[in-house]
Amino acid sequence: MSHRTLIPIGPYHPLQEEAEFFQLYVEGETVVDMDVRISYNHRGIEKLCESKTWDQLTFAVERVCGICSASHPLASVQAVEAIVGEPIPERALYLRTIVNELERIHSHMLWLGLAGHFIGYNTVFMWAWRYREPILDLLELVTGSRINYANVKVGGVRMDMTPEQLAAVQKGMDEVKGPIEMLTKAVLDDPVLHARLKGVGVLKKEDARKLACVGPNARASGIPHDTRRTDPYAAYDRVDWNVIVREEGDVFSKAVVRCLEALESIKIVKQAARDIPGGPIDADFREIPEGEACGHVEAPRGETFHYIRSDGTNRPYRLKIRAPSYVNVPSFKATCIGQPISDVCITLAAVDPCYSCTERMAVVVDAASGKRTMNFEDLVRLSREKTRKLLRNFKG
Amino acid sequence: MGFTRWGLKRSPWVYHVNTGACNNCDIEIADLLTPRFDVERFGIQLVGTPKHADALLVTGICTRQCRPRLQEVYRQTPKPCVVFVIGVCALTGGIFHDAYHRWGRVDDAIREVDPNAIFAYIPGCPPKPEAMILGVKKALAML
Amino acid sequence: MSETELAGELRTMLGEAALEIRQPARNNIFITVKPEDVHGIVKTLWEGRGARFATVTGVDVTGGIELLYHFVFDERHAIVTLKTRVAKPFPEIESITPIIPAAEWIEREVHDLLGVKFRNHPRLERLILSDDWPDGVYPLRKDYEPKDPNA
Repeated sequence: MSHRTLIPIGPYHPLQEEAEFFQLYVEGETVVDMDVRISYNHRGIEKLCESKTWDQLTFAVERVCGICSASHPLASVQAVEAIVGEPIPERALYLRTIVNELERIHSHMLWLGLAGHFIGYNTVFMWAWRYREPILDLLELVTGSRINYANVKVGGVRMDMTPEQLAAVQKGMDEVKGPIEMLTKAVLDDPVLHARLKGVGVLKKEDARKLACVGPNARASGIPHDTRRTDPYAAYDRVDWNVIVREEGDVFSKAVVRCLEALESIKIVKQAARDIPGGPIDADFREIPEGEACGHVEAPRGETFHYIRSDGTNRPYRLKIRAPSYVNVPSFKATCIGQPISDVCITLAAVDPCYSCTERMAVVVDAASGKRTMNFEDLVRLSREKTRKLLRNFKG
Repeated sequence: MGFTRWGLKRSPWVYHVNTGACNNCDIEIADLLTPRFDVERFGIQLVGTPKHADALLVTGICTRQCRPRLQEVYRQTPKPCVVFVIGVCALTGGIFHDAYHRWGRVDDAIREVDPNAIFAYIPGCPPKPEAMILGVKKALAML
Repeated sequence: MSETELAGELRTMLGEAALEIRQPARNNIFITVKPEDVHGIVKTLWEGRGARFATVTGVDVTGGIELLYHFVFDERHAIVTLKTRVAKPFPEIESITPIIPAAEWIEREVHDLLGVKFRNHPRLERLILSDDWPDGVYPLRKDYEPKDPNA
């Protein structure tokens, strides 16, 4: 009879920012089952938004998640604008595109740093986060804040960008392109990373579909879905860029997709800042009629899907938020089962989970005999040990 | 001043606790480690267990689910320790102050365990990294 | 707004099961159906038409809970929502998780926050509310009365 061991991870561990509780069931060194329990982050934003006016809505919605804080309000706003049915000024569409793509770049750099940290490449962590800072500076320059931009509103955007700001954005993109290309090359060419990350945490295409996965997670498994291409919004159909897809579905492919996407985002921002037309930035809607609609946006983690119902008053009757991590996190069951414990940490991180978007919990399944307590620190340590062993093989 | 208190002032080791936050404050805290802000030059280090901590950095609205865990973390942290309440959510709840899943203020939750707990408050949504560094240094100078 | 090609195809495919098909907003198609038909139509959209599942929304309205099943037809640039209503005080409907594994958590969430029972759901237990949340209290219902958590 095989011996099942329960290894709880969490609920608090460093560098995995939110509180969540994974339970791993292990036989020997292999994961055989796992559960997730997250209700620590549930803040009741949907209910809260029922008491906000249409103008206040975006301030509440952007606090769903710090790293997708441009994507969530844009999805809500697009849903409301679909109910109104009037066009949005062109300039506003370009301004939205610039902010959202800057967010994508900094988010992917954030992820790259965390992934490096988990496998023991602390230099990658420091470099990736160092090159995130100029992006946050640009966001602060054009919106007034490093995070929580409050730039969108129903009908357009709240603030314009001056020619000097747009020039600074262009310059910033030129300056950050080299370092990001360097980091991308470092990931793509490093033989130790190949050995460490290829074939690890594979998400098969059919599992990605069954679990409705989105974003780089799905694109790394051969599903070519990107909301910016399949249902273009803002100015994405007015600029030239590529959807990045890979077939292997492993952690390495997810890293490649995110690095290459960051480079595509630089292209998008430069074109948008160059081609942005003049004109108003706000359609100035006064009344939101009765109706309902869905709006979706490609956040850095994948499609964020919002539904809004209006009853003709000045507040939403119902707002539903489905963050990308809500459908990506369950893929853990498909990717961690059958993996050695030393790979769990990087496989979990590869999904780029954003628990504050997610707030879920799952049932605790009873363990069989035996109990060995290991915390997340131990898993990170195991992950780094594996990398060190691989390094020795390459050097020796 | 005793050796532990001197250690706390000179080189505080901090443990980060999220009680239901949107991640903004938490990412800005993690940012403190990176080359631009580099808090290690102040001796501030992020540790992986409350048992090694001199100070707690607490973010979030203190959801009903988190409150017992927050209290347990506080109990495990050796005293003396300073609880840094970071961000408007941890302070007053911010826009979530009347959320149905919120228990209450972070400092009230900890006072249930220790009425004499020491708190330092750094408001913001999120507070900028510079504000956090200033807040930590100011608080430590007052100890 | 004139009916798009996709709406026309769905109307033909679903026949009488589609009580109403509306296109109230850009790229949005809403199809009203009876609760007992949801399971079959979901199967058709998911397996027959290869639609992508987005999520399920529950809305508390007078006399019942409306359930909206959102699907995205990426290659047709359309969001298709199935809309149905189940009666209070004991709203229930057949679970779609056996067809679409991705629906497992969202059905649990709707159960938690609105009190809808999903028949034959593999694991219909608390998902999103705290361990000490009282049973039978559904925060997303319009008659929810906030209670002091310290009481």
